[in-house]
Amino acid sequence: MHPLGYLSGSGAQTASVVPLMRFMLIVSIVVTVVIVGLVIWAIMTKREPVGPRSLRTIALEHRDGVKWIWTGLAISIVPLLATALWTVAVLAKTGSVPGAPLTVDIVAKRWWWDAQYSDGATGERFGVANEIHIPVGRPVLLHLRSADVIHSFWVPKLAGKTDVIPGQVNAMWIQADAPGRYRGQCGEFCGAQHAHMAFYVVADPPLQFAQWERQQMQPAFPPATVQASAGLSYFTQHCGRCHSVRGTPARGTFGPDLTHLMSRETIAAGMLQNNPAALSGWVENAQIVKPGALMPNQHISGPDLTLLRAYLETLR
Amino acid sequence: MSPPSATAAVAPGGSNREQSIRRTPTIGPSSNELRERLQRIWETKPGLYGWLATVDHKEIGIRYIVTAFVMLVIGGIEALIMRVQLAGPEQTLLTPQQYNMLFSTHGVTMIFLYASPILSGFSNYLWPLLFGSRDMAFPRLNALSYWIYLAAGIFMYAGVFVGAGPNDGWFNYVPYAQFRYDPGLNIDFYSLGMIFLGISTSVGAANFIVTLLRMRAPGMSINRLPIIIWGTATASFANLLIVPAVSLAFFLLWLDRQFHTQFFQVSGGGQPLLWQHLFWMFGHPWVYAIVLPAMGMVSDGLPVFCRRPLVGYAPVALATVATMLLGFGVWVHHMFATGLPGLSLAFFSAASILIAVPSAISVFSWIATIWLGRPVITAAFLFFASTIVLFVIGGVSGFMTASVPVDWELTDTYFVVAHLHYVLLGINVFPVMGATHFWFPKFTGRMMDERLGRWSFWTTFTGFNVAFLPMHLTGLWGMPRRVYTYPVEMGLGPINMVSTVGSFVLAIGFLLFFINVLRSRTRGAPAGDNPWDAYTLEWSTSSPPPPYNFAVIPTVASRHMLWEDQLGETRERSNLEEGFILDHGKEALATSALDAEPQRILHMPDDTIIPFVLAAGMLVLFSGLLVRNWPITAIGGLICAADLVAWFWPRISLLERGPAHG
Repeated sequence: MHPLGYLSGSGAQTASVVPLMRFMLIVSIVVTVVIVGLVIWAIMTKREPVGPRSLRTIALEHRDGVKWIWTGLAISIVPLLATALWTVAVLAKTGSVPGAPLTVDIVAKRWWWDAQYSDGATGERFGVANEIHIPVGRPVLLHLRSADVIHSFWVPKLAGKTDVIPGQVNAMWIQADAPGRYRGQCGEFCGAQHAHMAFYVVADPPLQFAQWERQQMQPAFPPATVQASAGLSYFTQHCGRCHSVRGTPARGTFGPDLTHLMSRETIAAGMLQNNPAALSGWVENAQIVKPGALMPNQHISGPDLTLLRAYLETLR
Repeated sequence: MSPPSATAAVAPGGSNREQSIRRTPTIGPSSNELRERLQRIWETKPGLYGWLATVDHKEIGIRYIVTAFVMLVIGGIEALIMRVQLAGPEQTLLTPQQYNMLFSTHGVTMIFLYASPILSGFSNYLWPLLFGSRDMAFPRLNALSYWIYLAAGIFMYAGVFVGAGPNDGWFNYVPYAQFRYDPGLNIDFYSLGMIFLGISTSVGAANFIVTLLRMRAPGMSINRLPIIIWGTATASFANLLIVPAVSLAFFLLWLDRQFHTQFFQVSGGGQPLLWQHLFWMFGHPWVYAIVLPAMGMVSDGLPVFCRRPLVGYAPVALATVATMLLGFGVWVHHMFATGLPGLSLAFFSAASILIAVPSAISVFSWIATIWLGRPVITAAFLFFASTIVLFVIGGVSGFMTASVPVDWELTDTYFVVAHLHYVLLGINVFPVMGATHFWFPKFTGRMMDERLGRWSFWTTFTGFNVAFLPMHLTGLWGMPRRVYTYPVEMGLGPINMVSTVGSFVLAIGFLLFFINVLRSRTRGAPAGDNPWDAYTLEWSTSSPPPPYNFAVIPTVASRHMLWEDQLGETRERSNLEEGFILDHGKEALATSALDAEPQRILHMPDDTIIPFVLAAGMLVLFSGLLVRNWPITAIGGLICAADLVAWFWPRISLLERGPAHG
């Protein structure tokens, strides 16, 4: 219903934060209802008709009412203190990563997310864009870097925001307690396409995650058909300066790594479903889909587009 | 500073010149003859020159109010365009670039060009009247402060009209605001405009502070000040401390952008977070500076319609100051997600939760005032009373964002948009609309229409809540701030449509309010001196007040000068009929800082075009800096320098007169 709603969550962080948030929300609603009730009640019971006489007399019956201020304050202090203590408790609880985490390096770029995984045993690395897979039930430590301006990493159902600030590495941890696709979104204004700087955190059961990791580690298969081979040479020539596909000469790092493009469910930072029509549309007219994005429109002829698409579809 | 300052002390002695600047003022009653003489001395000359040269605080106050309301309308239209774009998912009325400029300009307009100047306008108009004084301490500085505000507003809007308005939000975070990512003139217009506007705020604040310390009628000790004075004075002290932070930040940013300095550039060892600290050290106290005077309006206006003194004057006055003091220690709550260490987060979180305490004092005081009084439900009362409701909603949502882990979810979502609008409309716009109804008779001599006033109240109140109450939920459902559109599958379409409909109802309410103002100005029922039977000094003079405010300087014996007989608190009575007759030219009385004992006769400056020329010269100077055209910059600088020489040229007529009898 609301993929970004955070009144409920599925993570170890939200398990601590959501009860506090709900408590504060209830306190807030009760306070509002009481105060609004007092104002309306006071006006209804004490009102004088508007007229020249009512604005000539002065109410002398209650000389001092300052005790009401102190009473109100005394009552208010209780939820305030409770909240302050609870806040500190939640801060302490969510402050450090529990257990042995998996570490993922995130680089936020205008306007997409680059996630770098490394295999602890071999030190091999691979990168994915906008779809961050994590194993269910295991804490994941994220090192957040920015390639340009300030962004904010936010997966509402798993944890709150942590800003991604150039010149410093911020760390946060997340843990999903149930499998699923959790939508994320940049939380700090970062320019033209801030609105469409989305991503997914995909929580897989541990075995499935290991399988995904193994598969992502592989370089791309060499193209099997003539069409796809022609597509690869077109790709290397035109797209390879910004994009890389491991196992080919295309080694650009400005745009997303496309080695296993077809394993992702969405493209364009969570904006489009990954299907052939959307892919062609995006390659040809990125500026119409996402005005201001750093992917230029490709003035590409029909046959070339067919070849390119044939190649991209092999990147499974 | 201009000559009538306390620093130009008169040495004791017997030379001729010193004799000539000492005299004993007469004490006596007001008379028609006196009033005619004062009218001739104080009135502004007709014609264009007089219009540009006036230093009458009432004229300047009205100009502030009118200009700020024009800004409110412009900012409101910008908001409506945004609401149309957001009415449904994936709309394409605006490009992202247009939307980003629109939301940034909307924020800058409302926060800097409406919310603060409108309060300066009311305070400028009201302070000397509330004090029983003839003018502000520095009338020419007062005129300068207005002209600079106008010039800075024109400067920033010149950018908007050439498509180079601010486009990185009012908070203007680096590095996005750096030349590399935002190469147009947008941020240069904004940076220089903010430095320019900061001069207006600073000189205005200095003027309020000196006026507070020197210009009160005899007997108006600090425990007899209306709460609006406490509010504006507190805000002015804060402004003097915080405006340098933001002016510096914008200056450094401008240097980074145009002269390749490295203050905020990571590549050169600069720090993006330095910007955030400098900005929010200013930004958060500023939020209090633009609500405390408006809370003062409620604290002073509500009792008149509840027909009893404010409950808890001393706690409310002290809470005003306490809010500001705590307000200096909460700026980091705008930066909870930036990766600061846990200990400092806990400290700022606690401070942000605690600041609810002084705010709650005002709320309980207002409720008790209604409860223990006999409320008369006028349009002004409705606006003031609605402030309580809106303030509480804005307050509890602020309380939620004060908790760090909760804020990590809430921050930069529409929950915060809802929060800040409840705060800024709730305790700035609604009190200002109430204050307009309340003081309009004093400003114009005519009443605003009550019936239309109620209609405008209910329309604005309903529209506002329909627009902004659901936004809390929009935020809790995960809509991020500052997005030009949102995907349909986020499920946010219907609730955004509700907000858009509400915003248009709100706009109709404002329209009714402005129609009421414009119609009542010429057609309203005559008001008389004190139509509400209110208790402060401004209601003891005519409506509108004469240029000299008070024919004789009143003497004050209590906080409720015009209610003393009915309240019967003490046997002392304020004397409004007899007092110092200061009619040897444009004279005003200076009194001591705490107890308001008469000390000196001030000779106030005549109308002069010097402040206008200075502001115009500065506009040329800043325009030259903007386009980096050094000849234009030099011309602007020379105009300013020549003008300052004229301003400070010694004039014997402006020397203070010490009382001859000591």
